[in-house]
Amino acid sequence: MAQVTIQPAATEITYRDAVREAIRDALRRDDRVFLMGEDVGHYGGCYAVSKGLLAEFGAERIRDTPLSESGFTGAGIGAAMAGMRPIVELMTVNFSLLALDQILNTAATVRHMSGNQFGVPLVIRMATGAGRQVAAQHSHSLEGWYAHIPGIKVLAPATVEDARGMLWTALEEPDPVLIFENVMLYNMTGRLAADAGPVDIAKAAVRRPGRDISLITYGGSLWKTLEAATVLAGENIDAEVIDLRSLRPLDDATIMTSVAKTRRAVIIDEGWRSGSLSAEIGMRIVEQVFWELDAPIGRVCSAEVPIPYPRHLENAAIPQVPKIVAAAKAALGRA
Amino acid sequence: MTALTDKPHLSREHMLGLLKQMIRIRRFEDKCAELYTQEKIRGFLHLYDGEEAVAVGVIPVLEKRDSIVATYREHGHALVRGVPMTAALAEMYGKQEGCSRGRGGSMHLFDRATNFYGGNAIVGGGLPLSIGLALADRMRGDDTITACFFGEGAVAEGEFHESMNLAALWGLPVLFVCENNLYAMGTALAFSESETDIQRKAACYRIASEAVDGMDVIAVEAAARRAVHAVRENRKPYFLECRTYRLRAHSMFDAQLYRDKAEVEAWRHKEPIVRYQGWLEANHMVHPDDLARIEAEVAAEIAEAVTFAEAGTWEPVEQLTRFTYADRAREPVGEVLWHK
Amino acid sequence: MPSLGADMEAGTLVEWLVKAGDRVKRGDVVAVVETQKGAIEIEIFEAGKIEQLLVDLNTKVPVGTPLARIQTELEGPPGAVAAAPPPAVPAAPLAAPPLVRAPVAPPSPPPVAPGAEARARISPAARRLAEAHGIDLSTVTGSGPAGAITYADVERRFGEITAPSEKKRTLGLDLDAMRTAIAAAMARSKREIPHYYLEHQVDVTACEQWLTRTNAARPPDDRLLIGALAIKSVALAARRFPAFNGFYRDGKFEPASAVHIGVAIAIRGGGLAAPALHEADRITVDELMARMRDLVQRTRAGRIRSSEISDPTITVTSLGERGVETLYGIIYPPQVAIVGFGKIVTRPWVIDGAIGPRSVVTITLSADHRVSDGHAGALFLAEIGRLLQEPDKL
Repeated sequence: MAQVTIQPAATEITYRDAVREAIRDALRRDDRVFLMGEDVGHYGGCYAVSKGLLAEFGAERIRDTPLSESGFTGAGIGAAMAGMRPIVELMTVNFSLLALDQILNTAATVRHMSGNQFGVPLVIRMATGAGRQVAAQHSHSLEGWYAHIPGIKVLAPATVEDARGMLWTALEEPDPVLIFENVMLYNMTGRLAADAGPVDIAKAAVRRPGRDISLITYGGSLWKTLEAATVLAGENIDAEVIDLRSLRPLDDATIMTSVAKTRRAVIIDEGWRSGSLSAEIGMRIVEQVFWELDAPIGRVCSAEVPIPYPRHLENAAIPQVPKIVAAAKAALGRA
Repeated sequence: MTALTDKPHLSREHMLGLLKQMIRIRRFEDKCAELYTQEKIRGFLHLYDGEEAVAVGVIPVLEKRDSIVATYREHGHALVRGVPMTAALAEMYGKQEGCSRGRGGSMHLFDRATNFYGGNAIVGGGLPLSIGLALADRMRGDDTITACFFGEGAVAEGEFHESMNLAALWGLPVLFVCENNLYAMGTALAFSESETDIQRKAACYRIASEAVDGMDVIAVEAAARRAVHAVRENRKPYFLECRTYRLRAHSMFDAQLYRDKAEVEAWRHKEPIVRYQGWLEANHMVHPDDLARIEAEVAAEIAEAVTFAEAGTWEPVEQLTRFTYADRAREPVGEVLWHK
Repeated sequence: MPSLGADMEAGTLVEWLVKAGDRVKRGDVVAVVETQKGAIEIEIFEAGKIEQLLVDLNTKVPVGTPLARIQTELEGPPGAVAAAPPPAVPAAPLAAPPLVRAPVAPPSPPPVAPGAEARARISPAARRLAEAHGIDLSTVTGSGPAGAITYADVERRFGEITAPSEKKRTLGLDLDAMRTAIAAAMARSKREIPHYYLEHQVDVTACEQWLTRTNAARPPDDRLLIGALAIKSVALAARRFPAFNGFYRDGKFEPASAVHIGVAIAIRGGGLAAPALHEADRITVDELMARMRDLVQRTRAGRIRSSEISDPTITVTSLGERGVETLYGIIYPPQVAIVGFGKIVTRPWVIDGAIGPRSVVTITLSADHRVSDGHAGALFLAEIGRLLQEPDKL
């Protein structure tokens, strides 16, 4: 009789549900964990991520806040400094700017500034990205800005597995961690093992191995990049797709191993091009594997405009599959 | 001056203790000014002259387990709280023997041992932090409180209003202590606030409040006792406005073009040490011997601190990037800061 | 002069509030100093008697300058105001903060590409230059980071090939190395470039007549040769037909923005070089002639510049009067065309229906069929011929 290996059952789950499971899991595991943010309780979360959690865990642990981003982010910092494990939800990265002072001037600085006496084990989750025609003030991708700041860590889960698993690992960090959830991913479904648990938060992942070019990306752009890789395969270009997963720190080892192998790189970053994270990655590639390069490094970023409202203009403003394909082909010297 | 009989705890020892603390702060700040002109202390230096009664009146009323959040004008608060003068001065010199390893300087004195959560250079920046500390206390059901000191300039910041609202809405045990010294750097209160009666703002948030003469250390202490008791018992915030005055400039590099000397002189005659010492002398509670002893003890402590700071060492440059993140490989991270 | 702020470097004393002989105590205001923020009162931290004021009013002095000498109460010897170090400093000397060295760890060593341990590091610019001149990179020593071969390294190697060397007594050129380089370049050209060939016979009587007239009025050093007219006409034609002026690299043609004519110059002893005459379409014929003379002289002396080596966008070759009537050149990669001029012969020619003797030259085009075709090549040659009919307009 043949050996039968029992696999844990996998389910189809949306990214949204995976995040909710992650929060629920954390709340159950550790009494110190609580969720705080605008409309996370009674409303069920702006993106329905925390739906049902108020009934399950109560108002002390699923804490609705007034519209006071600076106030409640600072409160999260203080609670973390005092030994709790808060998850602060800033509705979107667009509103996080009101809390930027607390994030940069308190959360990121306290450990260094106090000579290691105090740390801030805080997790901040934010939605990010464009694509829903919500116009200029609601469509930013500022992960790259935050990745500029020493003292914090920045994550961009792009798969259901990471949506489910990064939160717990982030909660175990003694320093502030920002988790960016791209708005276009919430409805996405994927397979998740029933026993899915914490995942590492320091390494990039090779989502598609390839020989001809390294396509480096994160967050919402991952799926467009994978689609572009499929298109490229049809033209005999074998693209390797790297999902950065962690934007600060960047996993240089994985990036450089890939580029040293393929000798070409295109970076796909939904931030505005100038001074974006793609500029940082490109520079690191030049610093570390210059001699392996066979072509200039390319990048596909958002156009330098405030994100416009009408669909055709919004689509033109942000990275899309055809642009990724074109950039890859250009790196290979193909029209 | 409030009558002695209202204050049940005022033993002679306590009375002299209050005087000594204020003198200690005043002489320390004076020494800092001197060291600053000699370039031993660099960057920005904000001195507390004239406001000593607030720190000295409030902080000893707190328990060791309570938390304190302060501003960049926090030397007095740190000293009264029990941060060693040696560590504080070494910090201002930038030496690694300083309380923040020399990393912070005058504006960023931190001390975990005394639950002193800093020195903050962002006006209003400490208020949300105090909300968080109090939130943790509330969620754990402790009976600790958080005292948050800030100047009247901070009430213009959005963070002040957000924090007051959150404290009242969530029932957080925060004692807000507003040190109204009439000037936010160089901007007089009347140019900054539509409502200059600061204490009234607390009412909008349904927070119990009181204004007190911040130049009268006994009055401040009495008000602090009431306030701390209220916060601890009721687990609700309290707002204490201390009306005081800053005798020195905002910082060392300030020509004080925004106020005239006559005004400063007038306040000098009613500043807390002059008033309190005068009152003690008039009531024969202090003698010249006591004063001489206090001055001598304070001078000795300051001299020791200067020696300590001068002898301190510079953190090696190789350590520059340490403590940006927790150093898990070299130091156990463990439980972060249970401050009980 | 006390330091009152992190950005204060000096102050101007504008008022003394004490004079010599006055007693002062700690905290007294003794002077007023003007700073960029306004007038600030200076307090004294010593007690004693003012002995002497050291700085005059309205002088600007750096922070740390003694302003006055006072005799302190406690000690006999005087101490200076505002610059005295605090007394009773312990013996331990204060180390100045060490100069900030770059604390950043160097980037982690790049991962080795599979099977590439022996692979040389060659900069893109170096690679390009080596290709252009057929230089074998294995003969180049690298001086860049970790032994990488840089542009300068390849230039130097080319210089060794063409430059004066103590070993060669007569000519000062390493002809052997040059021959090797030429061999490599020509072999590569024939291997990679699909050449097509066109020839065109052009009546240059007008040029000769114009030259005779022009040169008659000039001293010998200023006289023009027909080669200058030839080069100018090729340059102008190249400007109008960009498919013959540029480089074929990385699988595509890059038209050049300028026209630099590579002038093939024979070197006695068997060498050959084709350095660039820059912007040949934009300069006057006189200028062109002067530069050509200079180029020939320097080439034969082995003193060409690196930009002259690498810049030609199209080459012109001629064997002169001793040569043959028709000369087909081999394209110098990565260029895409080479124009050859045979010797001028007198031929019977039909003009206005009658036969007469004319000076005729055969011009050839060898061109890269990946970039252009015969039709374009014919037009290009025709244009050269047409330009040579009006030498005064060149």
